[in-house]
Amino acid sequence: MTTTATPLTLDQVKVGDTLPELSHDVTATTVILGALASRDWRPMHHDYKFAVERQGVQDIFLNTPNQGAWFERYLTDWTGPTGRIGRVVFRMTSPVFPGDTMVYNATVTGVETDEHGCGWVKLDVSLTVDGKPKTTCEARVAVPTAADDNPWDRRGERWAP
Amino acid sequence: MTDTPQAPLDDTLPEDVAALIGAIQYEKTAAFPVEQGYVWTSCASVFNANPIYWDAKVADDITGGPISPPSLISAYARPHYWAPGAEGEQLSLQVHFDLKKRLGLPEAIMTDNTNVFYEPVRIGDYVTSRQVLKSVSGEKRTKLGIGRFWVIDVEYHNQNGDLLGTESYTGYGYRREATA
Repeated sequence: MTTTATPLTLDQVKVGDTLPELSHDVTATTVILGALASRDWRPMHHDYKFAVERQGVQDIFLNTPNQGAWFERYLTDWTGPTGRIGRVVFRMTSPVFPGDTMVYNATVTGVETDEHGCGWVKLDVSLTVDGKPKTTCEARVAVPTAADDNPWDRRGERWAP
Repeated sequence: MTDTPQAPLDDTLPEDVAALIGAIQYEKTAAFPVEQGYVWTSCASVFNANPIYWDAKVADDITGGPISPPSLISAYARPHYWAPGAEGEQLSLQVHFDLKKRLGLPEAIMTDNTNVFYEPVRIGDYVTSRQVLKSVSGEKRTKLGIGRFWVIDVEYHNQNGDLLGTESYTGYGYRREATA
């Protein structure tokens, strides 16, 4: 999946819509690159021995900010560049390790226009491995209400994430 | 597990820890500005092709100039791994590590994370962060061991005082239990 050529507008979205699935094979490089990209130097994200012997897990694992970056990429692949994420709430129930194939899916759970005229889409997003949930995410993403609307122009009180 | 009777879990909170709940701690401005290189490395790590991060013309048209991915905001509050004069491991989210040490819980994981994004983080910004301990649970047993859950909020502002975002982390600090 790549970023959509034509930005999504609110009128194109309805509750129950599903997003195209995204899958990615996780390697040690995925984990380490993600940790260092987010300036996270903690050893459980790059040191196998530390992760296993100190943390009691099977391997190094994806860090929190990089999981956020994966969710962000997944959502804005769908919205296109005018999509603006306002809020994400995610719960990590089990770590993601090298050797896992991450699979991202999402369903639209709400569509609304707020009192400032900003269009919002609510989504439930899941990250699974072998069909088992690893992280769940509730997201609130602003998308244009029309072709000439741009959520990124919103400032101050007009932006209520 | 053994058949040895186990001590009841501690449901109390040390007074000095309770006193920290709600207090602003570790307000710090980053020692480095937001840089384009961080943006590209983050996008590369997740194969994010969003053109607002790669194409200056698109960034000008849509976001009024280059910005950083919102998800990267916490990176700008993390200290360098080493810097001249620094001693020991340089840690972000210091409140989390303070709790581990004070409560005698050597291991920890993050379980929940809430991010709310306000003004975009722009190239050249200096990000100031501050941490607030919101809550600490009594001791609880999980499959990882015995420990406590805590919630820490972090607020991020730019050099103009604009609110960039807030994060709320739920952490679980624990000590592993000996296996039979």
